[in-house]
Amino acid sequence: MMDTHASTTNLPDSAEADAHAPHAEEEHAHPTWSTYWKVALILTLITVGEVWAYYIPSFVAGRGFIPTLLFLSALKFTIVVMFYMHLKYDARIFRVLFTGPLLIASLTLLALMFLFGHLYIKVM
Amino acid sequence: MTASVTHTSAPASHHYTTLGIDSRKIAIWAFIGSECMLFVSLISTYLIYKGRSIVGPFPHEAWTDPATGHVLKPILNIPVTSASTFVLLMSSLFMVLALAAVQNKEKPKHTRGDRILGNSKLWLWMTAAAGTTFLGFQAFEFTSFVHEGLTIRTNLFGSSFFTLTGFHGAHVTAGVLWLVTLLAIDYRRGLGSRDSLLVDIAALYWHFVDVIWIVIFTLVYLIK
Repeated sequence: MMDTHASTTNLPDSAEADAHAPHAEEEHAHPTWSTYWKVALILTLITVGEVWAYYIPSFVAGRGFIPTLLFLSALKFTIVVMFYMHLKYDARIFRVLFTGPLLIASLTLLALMFLFGHLYIKVM
Repeated sequence: MTASVTHTSAPASHHYTTLGIDSRKIAIWAFIGSECMLFVSLISTYLIYKGRSIVGPFPHEAWTDPATGHVLKPILNIPVTSASTFVLLMSSLFMVLALAAVQNKEKPKHTRGDRILGNSKLWLWMTAAAGTTFLGFQAFEFTSFVHEGLTIRTNLFGSSFFTLTGFHGAHVTAGVLWLVTLLAIDYRRGLGSRDSLLVDIAALYWHFVDVIWIVIFTLVYLIK
């Protein structure tokens, strides 16, 4: 018993802890440096597109302006969360911990928008 | 025997849950989830009050003060905010590069490029500098708004705008202070791959602050 304990504690701290740790579910390698640079370029281009759209009066006056901006914002949000926050690569429980509250918060936001008359549902 | 006792009395470096995941990482994700609720409540308040201010200045429309006859232009400065948004986006890139540098600290660096990419101090400094620059932009924006007659007490727009962006700025400030503590550790004893979780947790917080700004930039500044 003592021998077993001694042999385990001879490991370096991190190795010892890893030996005791249960196997983490579904963790994959993080992206490479080049992926990070590409993601930054895509985020910059989307931001440039958003600001450009803001300065086109005919587009701003049209019906597609707000949905386009909301889509581009959601796209940037998702890219940062997936690649920079590593949600695409990390264990599934982190997705649950993040998307659960985010979903509740988003539904609350939508409900408030309906309640205060900022969103409408057309009834025949 | 003595060695064994000495070793077991040392603090454990990892705190695993039964899922095999470090509890500190679960804690930061749970914290980020709760922060989502906080910021959505602030964003909801801003959106509910949007367009309901009785007196100006307004975010996107010019306004004539009936008392003085002064014409006040739309108060939001999109070019300046676009620049600060770009700076914050780049800070997220610097943060992931800092994390990658710490994770790969022990790997051999053969080229100059490898040494630059593997320099955690450089990327932590760059991230902190970008965060501070963003705060500088925000201070400039707040100051110019006050000079143009918009304070937190002027109208509904002012109240909800300063509360929302002020809370975000406070989070960026906390993030910069966190980065400075990591830099202090790096200078004192060097951050190695065994410290990657420390940097990972700080990075998650920093990216969260960035994604919140992505939403604020669109909803507050770009959508009229």
